[in-house]
Amino acid sequence: MKSLGSIRRSFSPWADPNSVPFIAVKNVTKKFGDFVAVDDLSLNIYPREFFALLGASGCGKSTLLRMLAGFEQPTSGEIILDGQSLAGIPPYRRPVNMMFQSYALFPHMTVESNIAFGLKQDGMPKADIAKRVDQMLKLVKLDKFAKRKPHQLSGGQRQRVALARSLAKRPKVLLLDEPLGALDKKLREETQFELMDLQQELGLTFVVVTHDQEEAMTMADRIAVMAHGKVVQVATPPEIYEAPNSRFVADFIGDVNIFDGTVSSAGNGTVEIATQSGFTVRVASTEPLTAGAKAGFAVRPEKIRVGRDRPACAPLNAAEGEIWDIGYLGDMTVFHVKLKDGKVIKASSLNAVRAMEDPLGYDQEVWISFDENAGVVLKD
Amino acid sequence: MQRWSRFNIASIVLGFAFLYLPIVLLVIFSFNESKLVTVWAGFSTKWYVQLLHNQALLDAAWVTVRVGLISATVATVFGTMAALAMTRYTRFRGRMLFSGMIYAPLVMPEVITGLSMLLLFVAIGFDRGFWTLTLAHITFTMCFVAVVVQSRLLSFDRSIEEAAMDLGATPVATFLQVTLPVIAPAVFSGWVLAFTLSLDDLVISSFTSGPGATTLPMRIYSQVRLGVTPEINAVCTILIGVVAMGVLIASVVSRSREIQRVKDEQAAFAH
Repeated sequence: MKSLGSIRRSFSPWADPNSVPFIAVKNVTKKFGDFVAVDDLSLNIYPREFFALLGASGCGKSTLLRMLAGFEQPTSGEIILDGQSLAGIPPYRRPVNMMFQSYALFPHMTVESNIAFGLKQDGMPKADIAKRVDQMLKLVKLDKFAKRKPHQLSGGQRQRVALARSLAKRPKVLLLDEPLGALDKKLREETQFELMDLQQELGLTFVVVTHDQEEAMTMADRIAVMAHGKVVQVATPPEIYEAPNSRFVADFIGDVNIFDGTVSSAGNGTVEIATQSGFTVRVASTEPLTAGAKAGFAVRPEKIRVGRDRPACAPLNAAEGEIWDIGYLGDMTVFHVKLKDGKVIKASSLNAVRAMEDPLGYDQEVWISFDENAGVVLKD
Repeated sequence: MQRWSRFNIASIVLGFAFLYLPIVLLVIFSFNESKLVTVWAGFSTKWYVQLLHNQALLDAAWVTVRVGLISATVATVFGTMAALAMTRYTRFRGRMLFSGMIYAPLVMPEVITGLSMLLLFVAIGFDRGFWTLTLAHITFTMCFVAVVVQSRLLSFDRSIEEAAMDLGATPVATFLQVTLPVIAPAVFSGWVLAFTLSLDDLVISSFTSGPGATTLPMRIYSQVRLGVTPEINAVCTILIGVVAMGVLIASVVSRSREIQRVKDEQAAFAH
């Protein structure tokens, strides 16, 4: 049997021009009065994909999800699911199910009847319903709680009931609205992996809305970063992290240091930028830039080395500064280094050695440096 | 725990005396042997026995119960619909005016409500009797139901209705299987309120009833004008007993439910 990892690695239908999207969002706009919640948005989601919509609150991600579920109608544009337009189809006739942020369990029904609710609406024979409910209860490990009411369950158990209920009808697509938002940190981390395993096991398409970037990075095959009703970037988690396409994405996902400057030369796969911090950056990049253009350079803290000695690459990709702050996190240490021009940058290093001889201390004069492929150029 | 000061005790005694002394007197004198209401002549239940032979009073009681049952039920249906409309369709023009108009009958003097309905029935040539009485009761109890149900709907989590529709329930099925069961306690208390209001209404009933449709309060009132008899005391004692039982049962049920709920929640979070 192949491990989930090997399946995941080979899964990339978006890269294949011949693959047909399962959900196609085409130029969808949604207005509430004068407020534009979703602005001319287009997206393709492929079968069996775990797709995350990531953004701050009010970016339109929940509205998009609610349009997929049928609770809101697009003002313009259309959504196509499995080759069929969803325009005008009410929520109760769509082959999608949703797991709500508040779980929305029916308070007057037992766990069992909650899960059976959707099957009953379809007029499934009683014996089949009982079988399916049983199966679902086992899937989410709640077989002992079948007769309980929602208020007799803990938060984590309620979350499982909500999940089982939304999966019971075997929908083509499962929509998840902040599925782990109400759980505490430890439970959330466990549940992330359970959701991923479940999605692989059932072979379903998941569309999850979240504001938690770690959650999106862990679970999703691809992430759409949204802002102001638009998609800023759609890519796999490593691409989003290592090759953000804009300042917004670079800044939104993880920690980043951004150096502003002017392009001094470009071509042959490298770009050189004279930064405002007084040093020149040479980056491996094929961005079509011309000398004199304004550009930014983004580099993640863990790609920056901090040391006492002048690095060999200096004066390229290196700058002098002093240690301003030290945050010891156990597995790694975060340094805040103040450069000569006053800019404070973040650099983190893994504490691979248990007791370091002569560690770096406060106010120490240091050099920071990074490799040519450590960061990305951001066009302004 | 606060100490029982003399002032506190005095306030409580005075307050309760003010509320319940008349009722206690009435109950005591319903068991009076004497025909004179204010003179105690020994214990007897003869007025209760005599009550069973007072056909006029029994007829009035039967009319009252029928009017109460029908009007409370219809008022509950209409009141619930009004409450749903007012909480769900919040974006139409003049909503404030409409919701204000639902509350207005609560403070409208009963004489005016009664008189205006009398005028309406006369104008359209509707013979006054049992049905005009019932219609009038529906009208004035409906707004009470609407208010009770509306306050429950304001704290209603709409996402459970969305979840039901998402799982394939049509709007009608959603209402019957999810919305109604969840708001049922409020609908039921609206019904009880409407029923009790209908039971003891005198003013509006006097305006809108006709021959052959005399309610119990109307009958009692007309008999009292000829002098209070211990028989009236007996009827009133029975009424008090019925109402007190109703209130007691309702509060015991809701209280034990609440205790059970708290217990369940503690059990759920214990592990």
